[in-house]
Amino acid sequence: MSDAAATVRVNGRDEPLEPGTRLDVFLSQLGLDAQRVAVERNREVVPRSQHGEVTLEPGDVLEIVAFVGGG
Amino acid sequence: MSTTLRLGDHELSSRLILGTGKYASLELMKEALTVSGTEMVTVAVRRVELGERGTGAFIDYLPEGMALLPNTAGCYTADDAVRTARLAREAGYSSLVKLEVIGDERTLYPDVVGLLEATETLVKEGFTVLPYTNTDPVVERELLERGAAAIMPLASPIGSGQGVSDANALRILRELFPDTTLIVDAGVGTASDAALAMELGADGILMNTGVASAADPVAMARAMGLAVEAGWLAASAGRIPRKLHASASSPNEGMISS
Repeated sequence: MSDAAATVRVNGRDEPLEPGTRLDVFLSQLGLDAQRVAVERNREVVPRSQHGEVTLEPGDVLEIVAFVGGG
Repeated sequence: MSTTLRLGDHELSSRLILGTGKYASLELMKEALTVSGTEMVTVAVRRVELGERGTGAFIDYLPEGMALLPNTAGCYTADDAVRTARLAREAGYSSLVKLEVIGDERTLYPDVVGLLEATETLVKEGFTVLPYTNTDPVVERELLERGAAAIMPLASPIGSGQGVSDANALRILRELFPDTTLIVDAGVGTASDAALAMELGADGILMNTGVASAADPVAMARAMGLAVEAGWLAASAGRIPRKLHASASSPNEGMISS
């Protein structure tokens, strides 16, 4: 797989990934406010304080969630 | 008897906890939450819609100062529930979780085996676990042994509005676990259901559909707030024993003569 075709899986969908992208940058590319979401990477929660230290790898599986109405 | 309800770090003066799902609009939800007097609401954890900005819209409609109780609704395995709880803690900066592990789609009854497993895991990770389950005292005891912070039996199935379907089961739980926080969670359809559950010994009630799907959710929210308070006061006051025959309230003496 070439770098240009690199992807990460986000909420069940493949999204293109620029090599070397940090998680905080990736979230803002998606238009998400890190203060309002929680991120799981490969089944481990990534604390907000570490978003800037995590570099995404091709094939990473992310779950990005937020609170919604529920009972 | 304490006049406040303690859950985790929260000291609540209202014993009504409301859900935030199923409202026709966020404005309606906000108004209903406000008039109910509730100080804690449940919220669900779901994937954000990519490409849809303003993820925070829902949260922005919660009245200021509202405590959040994230749930693991929709989780059918202990693993999913644990992951969801961890994400909820990260999203909300709080370790409180309403733990649901559902075992059956139609009844939404709990998978008690998965619930016990998830409770054990999350308690070890420092969560304050409030597990939604049925009225089985054996299951409740097992949950408490694993460190659950409260017991949360259903009044009747989630969203059914059937009210208290087994009053004796709630009485038994109250008697077996006198010092445990007991929140009746699910099934409440109208104010009398809420008052009855409180009179049976509940410390609080968690409901969603009964308010959100009422024809007038704002009026029902107020009714539920009053009913929970009334039921609590009545339970604390101590009802009179039931008697077979009448007992006149007015003096028998001093009657005018015929």
